[in-house]
Amino acid sequence: MFGRKLMSLRFFRHAAVLIVLLLLCLIPASADEAAVRAALSKLSADAGYPAIEAMIGELALSGEPKAALSLNALSDGKLVVRKDDGAVFILDVSGAKLLDPVTGDEAGDASGAALEKVKIKNSIRRKIAAAMSGLTLMAKDKAVRLRAAETIFTTADVSQMEGLDAALAAEADPQVKRRMEQARAMLTVASSTDEAARIAAIGVIAARGDRAALSALMNFRSKLEGGAASSLESAISVAEQNLRFWNIGQNVWYGISLGSVLLLAAIGLAITFGVMGVINMAHGEMVMLGAYTTFVTQDLIRQSAPGLVEWSLLIALPLAFLFTALVGIVIERGIIKHLYGRPLETLLATWGVSLILQQAVRTIFGPTNQEVSNPSWMSGAIEIGQLAITWNRLWIIVFSLTVFAVLLFAFNRTPMGLQMRAVTQNRRMASAMGIRTPFVDSMTFGLGSGIAGIAGVALSQIDNVSPNLGQSYIIDSFMVVVFGGVGNLWGTFVGAMSLGIVNKLLEPFAGAVLGKILVLVLIILFIQKRPRGLFALKGRSVEA
Amino acid sequence: MILTRFFMGGFDRRISVMIGLILAAAVLVPVLHLLVPAGNPLHVPTYIVALTGKYLTYALLALSLDLVWGYCGILSLGHGAFFALGGYAMGMYLMRQIGARGSYGNAELPDFMVFLNWKELPWFWHGFDHFAFAMLMVMLVPGLLAFIFGWFAFRSRVSGVYLSIITQALTYALLLAFFRNNFGFGGNNGLTDFKDILGFNVQAGGTRAALFSASAIALALGILVTSALVNSKYGKLMIGVRDAESRLRFLGYRPENIKLVAFTVSAVMAGIAGALYVPQVGIINPGEFDPGNSIEVVIWTAVGGRGTIIGPVIGALLVNAGKSWFTGVLPEFWLFALGGLFVFVTLFMPKGVVGLWEKYLPRRAKRAGKKKSPEPAPDLAQTAGAAE
Repeated sequence: MFGRKLMSLRFFRHAAVLIVLLLLCLIPASADEAAVRAALSKLSADAGYPAIEAMIGELALSGEPKAALSLNALSDGKLVVRKDDGAVFILDVSGAKLLDPVTGDEAGDASGAALEKVKIKNSIRRKIAAAMSGLTLMAKDKAVRLRAAETIFTTADVSQMEGLDAALAAEADPQVKRRMEQARAMLTVASSTDEAARIAAIGVIAARGDRAALSALMNFRSKLEGGAASSLESAISVAEQNLRFWNIGQNVWYGISLGSVLLLAAIGLAITFGVMGVINMAHGEMVMLGAYTTFVTQDLIRQSAPGLVEWSLLIALPLAFLFTALVGIVIERGIIKHLYGRPLETLLATWGVSLILQQAVRTIFGPTNQEVSNPSWMSGAIEIGQLAITWNRLWIIVFSLTVFAVLLFAFNRTPMGLQMRAVTQNRRMASAMGIRTPFVDSMTFGLGSGIAGIAGVALSQIDNVSPNLGQSYIIDSFMVVVFGGVGNLWGTFVGAMSLGIVNKLLEPFAGAVLGKILVLVLIILFIQKRPRGLFALKGRSVEA
Repeated sequence: MILTRFFMGGFDRRISVMIGLILAAAVLVPVLHLLVPAGNPLHVPTYIVALTGKYLTYALLALSLDLVWGYCGILSLGHGAFFALGGYAMGMYLMRQIGARGSYGNAELPDFMVFLNWKELPWFWHGFDHFAFAMLMVMLVPGLLAFIFGWFAFRSRVSGVYLSIITQALTYALLLAFFRNNFGFGGNNGLTDFKDILGFNVQAGGTRAALFSASAIALALGILVTSALVNSKYGKLMIGVRDAESRLRFLGYRPENIKLVAFTVSAVMAGIAGALYVPQVGIINPGEFDPGNSIEVVIWTAVGGRGTIIGPVIGALLVNAGKSWFTGVLPEFWLFALGGLFVFVTLFMPKGVVGLWEKYLPRRAKRAGKKKSPEPAPDLAQTAGAAE
């Protein structure tokens, strides 16, 4: 039973110190320091136990978290009084320096003065323990109290019961009061022998309704018997049902996020395939090159202009686009142009290029993952109800939608886009109308590779940057292109989003791997009905 | 009589020479390995027997791909799946042969099942303790999968690049499935630690030599069957499908059925190749399903010369010998070489080694060829097709 472990004073003390020290970082220095100092000054060189207890009581009542430092030192036997002037210090770990009891700053040398250690006994230790809990539970700052109650809830630290009761009695704020009641309920379930009290406590916890409550209830599963156990089970099933709705929402969110990633990765491939009829097996490697460009850019910025690190992603975007577009155009001019009219050979040649690119990156950068850090505006998450929405995924969704919108505009409203669409629909006719199809080919390949590059920039934020990055996205990109068809950019959009959502919705039932297999099988079956994908090219052209 | 005529149709000079060479090797190598003492320069060491035996199975695999790609126009990027399925069938037989000699000493269950706390043999493992059944499965499972897949795919006229991608998806899905530890096929460790085949120790010199001969004979048979198929009337239909499918359809034939037969026969051949591969290598694991492996098979065929029959055999032997050499001497550069090979062969050697040979030795070819094997795919047909 972990309660027994927590009851050991040392563990409790260290946990409490951690909480308090954390809070100490957040609370700025204030004039209430004075109250602490006033209490400490009452300690004279030969203070007796009652005086020490009184001091502890005062410190506790002050509600000043700074007192924790000195209380802790007292418990450790490190609080000392200088004999000549009665000033109180903390002896630091090495025993050579004196530290200020309130701030912990260095305050002098220990060797010269005559110091008297403030002695304590076990009952005083207990009082210190209670005082420590009281300091956080009865702190002036609401957030501190909230956090203290939450910690007691999650750790189910039974030794905090007294402090919790005292704080509950004094609490006025309804939100904090509710948290404290839930924490108290946890402690009741963990320690009480009265079954009715336990059942009532389980009810309080279950009413909380979120994941923390569910995991707390599940912790007790094997530890209860009789009426309490059955009420526990019913509480757990009710909580699980409530969470189910949120879980589906969470999976849809993950599906949209995966769909946006697939969209970014696959749209370049769809454009290339639509215009030229070739599957570029090196497409994954373009994504990988984009990710590595981000890594190199970030590295360079870190070394030469560290202030710009936050902007490194935005700087990497055009760089990655240009670099991968250039590589794409080189591949097109060098290899693919000569294989015009032979799509299967082109597929093989681009596979060869992908092997070469992978090995080149492996030779230059090494086969291990490279670190690309998230800028601060992409870190963290927000919570809507029970949904955890991480910033990086949100930004990637926004980014891919933006890229898609820009591409839609480019395809439908620019002359180059018009030419690309014409060549997609009927290459020979477009050529007869005066469109330079070789030039359109090169530009398309460059555009497709460039988009893959900026997809790589985005992917570097959520995935490992390694030479194998491309391989993990290439099969999925193929599936999106095959499923969505190449007649229309919307085909890729619908294909990517639906594949992402279906994949993530299947996951809880079938597991990640089986879900993926099911999606693949579904696509194979779907192809039977629509061999050219969802948004196929309309027209009367016949394949040989 | 029909059968004899069918097979006789397959013999032309090149094929005969190739089959002769292979059968000679089938006899010579075991003799040089077993009967010639170790110190003698003519002695063939064990590792060479195993290595070249493996190459022969790869050659059979490449040949099977050539049947569908070179003669029927179906670029299957998932033929490794059929190879691996045949391999797994053989592997299951070998696992059952281990009996009580495994690490856990369980006569009924293979080690990995004991490790997973399974209590009894799953239904699909029953029967694999009989060699005949296992051999049937070696041919049936890949064949059945190819049949079902092909029936669906060819009927809906999925072709060209789409079909290639779908075959890749198929082998990828199988990769994911076989990697799962509770799928019942050994999970990510695969099946290994084989002891006996047909009562003989798998690692003994005699068994290895016998497996080598078996691979060589299988390859020879494969060449014979393929050549016969290709030179028969059915072969003409296959070439029609490759070069002008719509035209053939309008003439009243059913291209989907033609493709289906070729695909199934090819899958069975690949399965047999896999079954011969596994005892020589000693392990079968899900990595064989990797799409990359299947694409490598394509390059063997392309290097040798697709649409010829001896081409893929030569290509497989050459490329794999090169791979063994490269990965021993300059491992970092093997992938560069392989990638470069892909690019080089597609750009400059579209007809492969055999094509080069034919181009630069025209006198030889003219003298040899009253009966020539059907031509490899002309570029024209594909230009017309892709110009839409």
